Amino acid sequence: MRRRMTDTVAERESKQIQGRTGLWEIVIGLEVHAQVSSKSKLFSGAAVGFGAGPNEQVSLVDAAMPGMLPVLNRFCVEQAVRTGLGLKAQINRKSRFARKNYFYADLPQGYQISQFDEPIVGEGEVEVEREDGSFFTVRIERLHLEQDAGKLIHDLSPTESFVDLNRAGTALMEIVSRPDMRSAEEATAYVQKLRTILIYLGTCDGDMEKGNLRADVNVSVCRPGDYEKYRETGSFKHLGTRCEIKNVNSFRFMRAAVEYEARRQIEIIEDGGKVLQETRLFDPTKGETRSMRSKEEAHDYRYFPDPDLLPLVVEDAWIEEIKKSLPELPDDKRRRFMSQYGLSSYDANVLISEQARADFYEKAAVGRDAKLVANWTTNELLARLTKDGHDIEDSPVPPEHIAELVALIEDGTISSKIAKQVFDYVWAGEGSPKAVVEKHGLVQVTDTGAIEAAIDQIMAANPDKVEAVKDKPQALGWFVGQVMKATGGKANPAAVNDILKAKLGV
Amino acid sequence: MSALTNITLKAALDGLKSKAFTSEELTRAHVEAIEKANPHLNAYVLPTFERAVEMAKASDAKLAKGEGGDLEGAPLGIKDLFCTEGVRTTACSNILGEFTPTYESTVTANLWRDGAVMLGKLNMDEFAMGSSNETSRFGPVVNPWKAKGSNAALTPGGSSGGSASAVAADLCLGATASDTGGSIRQPAAFTGTVGIKPTYGRASRWGIVAFASSLDQAGPIAKSVEDAAILLKSMCGHDAKDSTSLDVPTPDWPSFVGKSVKGLRIGVPKEYRVDGMPEEIEALWRQGIAWLKDAGCEIVDISLPHTKYALPTYYIVAPAEASSNLARYDGVRYGKRAEGKNLIELYENTRAEGFGNEVKRRVLIGTYVLSAGYYDAYYVKALKVRRRIAQDFDQAWTKVDAILTPSTPSGAFALGDKSADPVAMYLNDIFTVTANLAGLPGISVPAGLGADGLPLGLQLIGKPLDESTIFSLAGALEQAAAFKAKPEKWW
Repeated sequence: MRRRMTDTVAERESKQIQGRTGLWEIVIGLEVHAQVSSKSKLFSGAAVGFGAGPNEQVSLVDAAMPGMLPVLNRFCVEQAVRTGLGLKAQINRKSRFARKNYFYADLPQGYQISQFDEPIVGEGEVEVEREDGSFFTVRIERLHLEQDAGKLIHDLSPTESFVDLNRAGTALMEIVSRPDMRSAEEATAYVQKLRTILIYLGTCDGDMEKGNLRADVNVSVCRPGDYEKYRETGSFKHLGTRCEIKNVNSFRFMRAAVEYEARRQIEIIEDGGKVLQETRLFDPTKGETRSMRSKEEAHDYRYFPDPDLLPLVVEDAWIEEIKKSLPELPDDKRRRFMSQYGLSSYDANVLISEQARADFYEKAAVGRDAKLVANWTTNELLARLTKDGHDIEDSPVPPEHIAELVALIEDGTISSKIAKQVFDYVWAGEGSPKAVVEKHGLVQVTDTGAIEAAIDQIMAANPDKVEAVKDKPQALGWFVGQVMKATGGKANPAAVNDILKAKLGV
Repeated sequence: MSALTNITLKAALDGLKSKAFTSEELTRAHVEAIEKANPHLNAYVLPTFERAVEMAKASDAKLAKGEGGDLEGAPLGIKDLFCTEGVRTTACSNILGEFTPTYESTVTANLWRDGAVMLGKLNMDEFAMGSSNETSRFGPVVNPWKAKGSNAALTPGGSSGGSASAVAADLCLGATASDTGGSIRQPAAFTGTVGIKPTYGRASRWGIVAFASSLDQAGPIAKSVEDAAILLKSMCGHDAKDSTSLDVPTPDWPSFVGKSVKGLRIGVPKEYRVDGMPEEIEALWRQGIAWLKDAGCEIVDISLPHTKYALPTYYIVAPAEASSNLARYDGVRYGKRAEGKNLIELYENTRAEGFGNEVKRRVLIGTYVLSAGYYDAYYVKALKVRRRIAQDFDQAWTKVDAILTPSTPSGAFALGDKSADPVAMYLNDIFTVTANLAGLPGISVPAGLGADGLPLGLQLIGKPLDESTIFSLAGALEQAAAFKAKPEKWW
């Protein structure tokens, strides 16, 4: 597959924003925080889980009691390496944990243990599909491990705040992209793709509602052509000043935040002002961003290597072992679905977007017309599941039934039209497609005698139409409809067509 | 009962085993001595006599059955830096308030595992920051020693001043201590006791209130080299809860005390001959060299060229780590809290009231050297110099088996003498910080009395993990010096 380094002219134009003084383009980079799927925290044995009572999952280390020391959770390291491999990224054999120092009530140690200049994972890349089916590549700058903070609760008392440290010390992977997204749509498509990869890898559950996947969005604007200069030279001087937007915790908010922020920056520049580098907060109720702190007010985190922890060394043999345990990744699966099953890129994408969907499809497709199975899975089943709010895991129609339904179509027992009826019965829990077909007498009439009889009857009753069709062969459809009606839809459409053509002489 | 307190740990353990006396008798004798001396020396900040007697009785039950560990029934003092389960632990700082841990530090847990008895918590400089034990929230510790013809109260050194004073005054058979820049060895030298800091990573730091994580090591202050070996053996061992703990076996160090040192090569670093060093320290060093020569050692002049940078390096690295380690004392979860109108005020009030001046000074220095724009010039540079200092030693180990230096540039000074001049105070650590920066074991052995009648110590620095050799050498020095002097019990 050809990957884009820079856009085609058409792609570029579609993303441009008209300002008062000319055209503008958006440049977006993302910092995604993904909570590592792990039963225990990054540096303590405390449990990780959603829904425990306040401060029920806090160890002495998490509460930063005097004399407590961090011990690295090897499983979290494995998850980071696994993710790095999934992002086709460089795994650093030696990395280091650093302390990021700042005071806040949700940060018991007074510092966050993170990775600064020596992250565990270096450069990688993610291939992302746009909605129109075209592809672009987002370069990954780094992935590092760090501790999450606790949670402050302000609404229990008018004069006091409370601290819940359950989340404190939970392992996060911060995945930093290069500024390679050019629109809100591309940014959301990237996060969606990243989420899919993480879920495939089993390294993050991707649950955005629970805050297990969060993104900080860096937005800047530039004139057409500037971005290409940046890509050629690598120099950020070609790009505008960026603002980092926090609190963007859904795809919808991400779109709104990017669009608002780009407009805001364009207006400032067009009014003769300068965009200030700052951290801004997205306000979902007003749909706008507002300043949190400027560059001058930015914390001085006083990073330094954590003296309580040794440098993290990851052995080659371990990396190889993890590599061997990787599942087939979404891109590979998509390519395989296209070549093995002859699916379109679109259908393949729909099916691989969740591992469970892909598994469902592959179970159903065994020995069947793979394209037909894909149609039934994506068009009928997924649509119905979405409508009824089901996941594919708890689909009332198992893959075996989709396979059976397609088999019935393939061997001519039922028509595609009847199949829809059969699907409805199966969905309603009336049994397998075969059982439903028998129970409701839906077997397709392929008995040419019966079809001929029906045709003869219709021709006899409508001599004018028989005459007309000789000049207007497209009127054949009317006859087909009448035959199907007469046979209760059970007539084999191909047979009906053939016999009609012969009898009408068209 | 002084017969039961003025004996060594080894003698006491022998007496317990031979049933010459019970642990309860031994413990009660120490309780009595503490009650009498402590109002004058201020060595203990929290006696735990009831617990001590209980532990002693339990030990006696074991001893009666011929059971018990290496320290069964031996009453010890515990520096207040070590978290002790159910016993208030403050690091002698107001900021910890009445903090009472629900957990036991690995080092003290090891001592209790081996049967030791806890007499109480010992005074120290606040957060182990100080060289005179004057920064404690509980007030200064007084050295049991007095200069000839003077009644002035002297410092026992610091930060383990309570430990040193208690051991020297026979208020325990031995004590835990900790050493970040010399806090075991300097007080040992000032009080005529033996103190050893093991190789970094030998003693677990888990449960010890952190000062500077990359430098902190626990060790004992004891009445003899053999006692120090017995205590250190019990304290050390791999601990999975401390990521910097070394997974190496702990040798039987007591068996190395008294071993021949013949043929060992002893390095004498010329850089330790500092300007303004009193002649009696020079003389003591020459005497130490002569003793080891007599014992069959080969004396080798060596150079540790980066020594002069050690103290400034230390006073960047240690405060940097401390500024971060002490961030957790914020009044939110435990210890002292001074309320404020908002979170920032709560932090400011709590830390302003909770920390003493020396701690504040070091937190400020540490914050400064880690700040953007200064980090490379100070902290990164200091780490580079630290590596050079370690390389100096690596070079030396190709030529020698151990290094002999004075422990301190002077004997004990009067309380209040240097407390107004931090730099003069910091100079106390000039001979000891190098071992911390390089992670090496170092021991101070009492070697004689100065002209004013105060004890002076010699320091032996060993190769990484080679405590065994310096125990043998320390034993040889101890024997040659035949240091028997004891402070007069003036209290």
